[in-house]
Amino acid sequence: MNDVLKSWIPKNSEVLDLGCGDGSLLASLKDDLDISGYGVDISEKNIELSLSKGLNVIEQDIDAGLDNFMNSSFDIVIMSQSIQALKKPENALKEIVRIGSECIVSIPNFANLKCRIQLALTGKMPVSKALPHEWYSTPNLHLCSLKDFESLCEKLNIQVIERKLIRNDGKHSIFMKFFPNLFTEVALYKLKQKL
Amino acid sequence: MESESLGIVEPKFFQFKENFELESGKILKGFEIIYETYGELNKEKSNAVLICHALSGNHHAAGFSQDEQDKPGWWNELIGPNKAFDTNKYFIVSLNNLGGCHGSSGPSSIDPETSKPFGKNFPLITVKDWVKSQDLLRSHLGLDFWHAVAGGSLGGMQALQWAIDFGGRIKKSIVIAAAPKLSAQNIAFNEVARQAIVTDPDFDQGSFHPKRGLGLARMLGHITYLSEEMMKEKFGRDLKKEEYEYGFDVEFEVESYLRYQADTFSDKFNAHTYLLMTKALDYFDPSRDYANDLNKALEKTTSDFLILSFSSDWRFAPERSKEIVNALISSKKSVSYAEIKSHQGHDGFLFPDKRYVQSIKTFLKK
Repeated sequence: MNDVLKSWIPKNSEVLDLGCGDGSLLASLKDDLDISGYGVDISEKNIELSLSKGLNVIEQDIDAGLDNFMNSSFDIVIMSQSIQALKKPENALKEIVRIGSECIVSIPNFANLKCRIQLALTGKMPVSKALPHEWYSTPNLHLCSLKDFESLCEKLNIQVIERKLIRNDGKHSIFMKFFPNLFTEVALYKLKQKL
Repeated sequence: MESESLGIVEPKFFQFKENFELESGKILKGFEIIYETYGELNKEKSNAVLICHALSGNHHAAGFSQDEQDKPGWWNELIGPNKAFDTNKYFIVSLNNLGGCHGSSGPSSIDPETSKPFGKNFPLITVKDWVKSQDLLRSHLGLDFWHAVAGGSLGGMQALQWAIDFGGRIKKSIVIAAAPKLSAQNIAFNEVARQAIVTDPDFDQGSFHPKRGLGLARMLGHITYLSEEMMKEKFGRDLKKEEYEYGFDVEFEVESYLRYQADTFSDKFNAHTYLLMTKALDYFDPSRDYANDLNKALEKTTSDFLILSFSSDWRFAPERSKEIVNALISSKKSVSYAEIKSHQGHDGFLFPDKRYVQSIKTFLKK
């Protein structure tokens, strides 16, 4: 997945990684693409891990707002598997297209076949490699399907420039092409604000 | 690894014999600065770290002094072998700022023209002046640059001013529990403290010692250094005796604590230094030279910044630190920020919280 993501980021870009986790994505972008920028996270542990990788990292609650980042101040804003953990994903989505010339968002697809089968057969909330948490302890507050995500983008006047569908085993299947909402486990979107 | 003590540390002196022009336009005809060093300077002279003190601090930041062998320096918890500022790795320099009362030129020094202490005639010194004098100390020590300049509160403001005024001579700036300038409320607290001193009948031309006024100023300051939570936890409504006495003597534990703080502080500290330090705080506003635009003030900086705040600090609350962070982000400077969870209020920066210590260590190594 990170290979696709990297191919979408021009060299020397200014990047804002919202929900940067342990900073490994940002660190590899720095090494491979000579990007500059900041990671933002709310977890103490992640701040320390990112700092130890030599990154600029800011402790901040994304749900509390992003108005400290100015309009079009970054080439790329990344939200890698973090939007579903937010209390207000709609706000965040509006904000990132304001801050970044382009945005890269990845989401776990809740409507993929494995999830559907688990829910249908066991009657329990799906637990998978992409979504490894039980319902009561999951940080993922706002799970959605590809269709859900894309209709929200439409509503917010956000253009999907590119979409890459990914299976956790890294393989690509013909089914994903024809039934993306059924066979994709993780989707990567390149977005920007429609003019 | 076990942390050890630095043992007894001997202070050193730096004498500057030329005229030193102050931001106010006044001239200091030379000065003396007292300082201490901990750890060893490496061959490349690349591991020097300058520690800047806050309102009532001094050069004696770590280890023990000859006179006080039972009480360590004010940042001893953070400076020493394997500590946040690791003396096995860094050469740490800590000074008493100009205007201080612990050995550097200040109101308690003798004015050669009158052969009496300067007292109120000692000129007001600003953060910018301090940084300029610290740069002369750097040169005296034969250093081309500081690996880092660090401080908490008023000390953090010096670390910020360093980055603005001498960008090329500082690699890293560690700004802890500070603000880009004081708020009206901050200045108001300082003014009450100053009024407590100058309205004390014993405050007269600096020849007397206004112990009561200085004590009151310290009491007020101390309240603003602690969080409400901390005071509740430490004192609650505990009484010294079991019953109310219906009088004005010390009854509550918190009163007893404040009076003790006032008493010990006012015996040792110079009232004019206290006035001067609070004015330095009030005047601090690096954006003032840049059309009141902090972004512009920070535009030329080249150092890597670590900004740290403490969750329960209301004197310089985390939001104030974030003002600095946001201005640095706006100008795309290298900056990291963490808000340390602490119930100790503004004083949090004095204690070796695990995360706090680790952040400084990691950043210094970065």
